[in-house]
Amino acid sequence: MAVLVIADHDNAALKDNTHKAVTAAQKISGDIDVLVAGQGAQAAADAAGKIEGVRKVLLAESAELDQGLAEAFEALVVPLMANYDAVLIPSTSLGKNIAPRIAAKLDVAQISDAVEVVDANTFVRPIYAGNALETVQSSDAKKVITVRPTAFKAAAEGGSASVETIAAPAAPAKVKFVEQQIVQSERPELGAAKIVVSGGRAMGSAEEFQRVIEPLADKLGAAVGASRAAVDAGYAPNDYQVGQTGKVVAPDLYIAVGISGAIQHLAGMKDSKVIVAINKDGDAPIFQIADYGLVADYKTAVPELMSALDGSAK
Amino acid sequence: MKVLVPVKRVIDYNVKPRVKADQTGVDLANVKMSMNPFDEIAVEEAVRLKEKGVATEIVAVSVGPTQAQETLRTALAMGADRAILVQANDQDLEPLAVAKVLKAIVAEESPEVVLLGKQAIDGDNNAVGQMLAALLEWPQATFASKIEIAGGAAKVTREVDGGLQTIEATLPAVITVDLRLNEPRYASLPNIMKAKKKPLDVKELASVGADVASRLKVLKVTEPAKRGGGIKVETAQDLVMKLKNEAGVL
Ligand SMILES: Cc1cc2nc3c(=O)[nH]c(=O)nc-3n(C[C@H](O)[C@H](O)[C@H](O)COP(=O)(O)OP(=O)(O)OC[C@H]3O[C@@H](n4cnc5c(N)ncnc54)[C@H](O)[C@@H]3O)c2cc1C
Ligand SMILES: Cc1cc2nc3c(=O)[nH]c(=O)nc-3n(C[C@H](O)[C@H](O)[C@H](O)COP(=O)(O)OP(=O)(O)OC[C@H]3O[C@@H](n4cnc5c(N)ncnc54)[C@H](O)[C@@H]3O)c2cc1C
Repeated sequence: MAVLVIADHDNAALKDNTHKAVTAAQKISGDIDVLVAGQGAQAAADAAGKIEGVRKVLLAESAELDQGLAEAFEALVVPLMANYDAVLIPSTSLGKNIAPRIAAKLDVAQISDAVEVVDANTFVRPIYAGNALETVQSSDAKKVITVRPTAFKAAAEGGSASVETIAAPAAPAKVKFVEQQIVQSERPELGAAKIVVSGGRAMGSAEEFQRVIEPLADKLGAAVGASRAAVDAGYAPNDYQVGQTGKVVAPDLYIAVGISGAIQHLAGMKDSKVIVAINKDGDAPIFQIADYGLVADYKTAVPELMSALDGSAK
Repeated sequence: MKVLVPVKRVIDYNVKPRVKADQTGVDLANVKMSMNPFDEIAVEEAVRLKEKGVATEIVAVSVGPTQAQETLRTALAMGADRAILVQANDQDLEPLAVAKVLKAIVAEESPEVVLLGKQAIDGDNNAVGQMLAALLEWPQATFASKIEIAGGAAKVTREVDGGLQTIEATLPAVITVDLRLNEPRYASLPNIMKAKKKPLDVKELASVGADVASRLKVLKVTEPAKRGGGIKVETAQDLVMKLKNEAGVL
């Protein structure tokens, strides 16, 4: 039984999420093909062929696939599933958009956000903002699984699979791409960073967020995150949101500045290796899960932290 | 234009869920239940579309237990015109089953837009809207943070990794809403009173004729590993020392 992994990539490069989904797939089958769907994505497809354990790479290219339109992915993937018993997709915004549509067309359940593959039919997934873990056994012949990347190690490099170009489907008739605003950043990606510095409502303004959080992140080579309150108030862009309904991160070090620690926020970061909280309220719930808590006003604590970091050259 | 808004009754978002000792699920006895927060946003958007003269009728629908009538009354108090409860008392339906039930309701009601929450905060599946769109063969616009409807199409700005994307879907279409689309209103007392008189139709699940068989068997529901208690540090200097020497993350 063969399985298909849908790659996360930006055409030029493959993202680590793909390697993690391959690791999840290895628990199901040894015959793993990777689908790279995009446009001008030969480089990403070549990279996918180098992942250890990959049998074959399928490359499909069209503007609509590149735009991530779910209807285009449905038309591409549903027929391909005649050859596969399972498809695994990292649970990025693309994965969440397309996977349920593919599942419904195949008339199967979706296993949403798997954090563990117990065996080919059994999966563990978080529910209730990660306050509970559900172990489910699927009776469907084919499985559609979105994979939470932070829960899996990346598969190693070392493969030499060939790349086969397949035809892209016709453009969907009832939906079209209008425009896109993607923020370009020099910083590491939130989902993949080793260190994340997040700011909360305490920042009070976008200017303050940029003055306080961003330099600290840059000093640490960290990605920047935010609470929903900070995002809603416009202090930080929406894709910075960490939490149940934002991004899930599990870096080596997560520093929460002026964030209270609502369960919806914790859902997105509580699997971080080390958690630091800076909050002036010693009773804030964030301290219940923080490894190191500093009860202080960030206005003094962050500058002190910056100079302490300077003093202890890396 | 008719808008259908599916709403789900879930644990209130302020309540910390507790896993049952026998590992069969989450304890919902005597727990405060509310409308799924994303569905409030969907109802609010539908009401705003009606206030703008774009929508003419708003039908709220829930698939769930008898008590989901309260959730539907909330939708009516916010401004929905009618409500339908598909009563499913002993069963927790999977997203695919919910989507199939909603497909049957769409066939009866012929809405031009189905507006749903992107995700229910209990199951966290983020699936029903996309599944419904697939079953109907309608276009989908998920994670909406802005919706403009004109000329038989919906122009939707979507929250995606890295930023925002705008797509245009020909109606009829399924739209799922994200947190920043709007801020839902509180229902006023007069509107809560008025909502009691609005029509609420109850249908038995079996009468809808959808295949709601479970595909997944829940073997167990467990609590995630707890984090060990941490410590408080006195100064930023201490913190950096500990992160370097003790935690080894700097
Ligand atoms: C359906 C739903 C989904 C949600 N999803 C998410 C999600 O994905 N992610 C998310 O983060 N939230 C989410 N939320 C929101 C969540 O419930 C909280 O409202 C939010 O996380 C609070 O953000 P905050 O901690 O920044 O703000 P607050 O709770 O207001 O906390 C601010 C903190 O800053 C501290 N503070 C103030 N001034 C200073 C200072 N000078 N120095 C130091 N500390 C200071 C305060 O003591 C306080 O603890 C969701 C809510 C709902 C209903
Ligand atoms: C005690 C308990 C046991 C459970 N057991 C199982 C189980 O055995 N298997 C399993 O798969 N799940 C189980 N669940 C999860 C539950 O059934 C899920 O909520 C369901 O699968 C729907 O997924 P979701 O709510 O995450 O949907 P999502 O796809 O996250 O919901 C998206 C949107 O769809 C709409 N929607 C969803 N459900 C409804 C509804 N009922 N009526 C109207 N609109 C709706 C809403 O607009 C919502 O915002 C259980 C839940 C509980 C509380």
